[in-house]
Amino acid sequence: MSIHEFLVSPAEMARREGPHNRIVMSSRVRLARNLKGLAFPGWAKKVERIKALEMIRPAVEALPQLGGAFSQSMDNMTVLEKNILVERHLISREHAAKTAGSGLVFNREESLCVMINEEDHLRMQALRPGLQLKQAWATIDQIDSKLEKRLEYAFSTNLGYLTACPTNLGTGIRVSAMLHLPGLVLAEQINQIIQAVNKLGLAVRGLYGEGTEALGNVFQVSNQMTLGESEADIVEKLNKVLSQIIEHEENSRSTLVEKKPKAVYNHIGRAYGTLANAHSISSKETMNLLSMMRLGVDLGLFPDLERWLVDELFIVTQPAHLQKLHSEKLSAEERDLLRADMLRERLRDVKRPKPRPNAPTMLPEKSSN
Amino acid sequence: MLCCICKEKEAKVHLTQIVGEKMQKVDLCEECAKHKGVNDPAGFSLADLLLGLGASQEMEQAAGGPEIKCPGCGFTQADFKKAGRLGCSECYVTFADGLEALLKSMHKGTKHVGKIPQALQQSRDLSEKLKSLQKKLDKAVAEEDFEQAAVVRDEMKVMKDKLGDLATP
Repeated sequence: MSIHEFLVSPAEMARREGPHNRIVMSSRVRLARNLKGLAFPGWAKKVERIKALEMIRPAVEALPQLGGAFSQSMDNMTVLEKNILVERHLISREHAAKTAGSGLVFNREESLCVMINEEDHLRMQALRPGLQLKQAWATIDQIDSKLEKRLEYAFSTNLGYLTACPTNLGTGIRVSAMLHLPGLVLAEQINQIIQAVNKLGLAVRGLYGEGTEALGNVFQVSNQMTLGESEADIVEKLNKVLSQIIEHEENSRSTLVEKKPKAVYNHIGRAYGTLANAHSISSKETMNLLSMMRLGVDLGLFPDLERWLVDELFIVTQPAHLQKLHSEKLSAEERDLLRADMLRERLRDVKRPKPRPNAPTMLPEKSSN
Repeated sequence: MLCCICKEKEAKVHLTQIVGEKMQKVDLCEECAKHKGVNDPAGFSLADLLLGLGASQEMEQAAGGPEIKCPGCGFTQADFKKAGRLGCSECYVTFADGLEALLKSMHKGTKHVGKIPQALQQSRDLSEKLKSLQKKLDKAVAEEDFEQAAVVRDEMKVMKDKLGDLATP
């Protein structure tokens, strides 16, 4: 079956609800594991990598949680297919660059994904909508416990699970959440928050875009340290920090609407104006403007627009997703035209934002008028 | 400014990361940046990159020169410097001395806390029990309570068999 048929539709994906999903777009817990007695994938020769893949893949496929999963060797996938998986945050760019000797298994819901022979023999991750770190950890912990019965891991009593990079040593865990923080960015408080979070030993990165640039005001917060701290403690720490960030974001949104309503409505109105009327628009500009529309939905400025539509547009306007809809190979310029066509069409029936001066800033999910 | 990895091309990508009180900077050419996955914010960490650059010097000093080679996989210090990754799980033993300072600066501790494979946990529990039984046995023998000693010895035999089963899955 082609991967396009297998993947959940962006609309369905965007409709998934989770706790705090006004701000927390998704939660993820990843574990790194390696097999005993085999060189790490980056150093192993091709034959060894293939040997490792042949040992790991059947063990992963046999997991009941991965029944009916999509399972493929990376050399059997096209560049476009791999890029779509990257845009879905199912695989890393590093893994997308792999060919023979590397593999991928993920379930139908796209909530569990195992990369084989990425930087480590196994990179398994559980994904959840909204803030659900504990649940994600519980899920991946179970998968890991099942796999360790069939595969012998490289483990040391002192250093824990041994990984190709010493930064992942010990628990091999990376706990992260994707946050939408337009309020903190507009209020120019984001750098303070990032610094404070860094001081706690956690990393903050922009999720879309390059380096640390945060396109669409989407940030990823994750743990950096993996040795000397238990998984449960790391999850707990992230949860505490995230609930504080959520509070700060809500506060700065309320303050902005109270103190500088015109500035906020100006951003949102202009974002709507451009997205609904442009005839050529880049992926980067789209992300940044969609972020403002998402804020507009949260603030109740678009009574007839639901957040999932904006989230769906976040997914489908990305380069590989756009390319997928067209059989001929598109240049960046052509994509910009088609992206604008899609946005105009999808936003055709969305009424312009209506500032509501006396409305509370935290409106119920759905407005009845 | 030259790229700090290849030291050949002009550095065009400049990165700064602040973790805790430490600020770290790296300057890379486009090619090395791409190779190191700098464009992939989800998978990229400056710490990983610095690891390959600064840490290998520490390792060289601690391990007594760049010639050390992992018997498990043939990986050398120079390879670590280039890749910022180790070759196999045995490398952690081979380069243990050099890695310790690095791990200290990078992590909360240098001793693993958290999940361990269940089979290992079981054998650890059994070893603990065996130790306490051995004490019981010694005591019984010393007190010439041979009846008790026989009971304890049988118990220990069962444990040892279990331990043997665990070792050969």
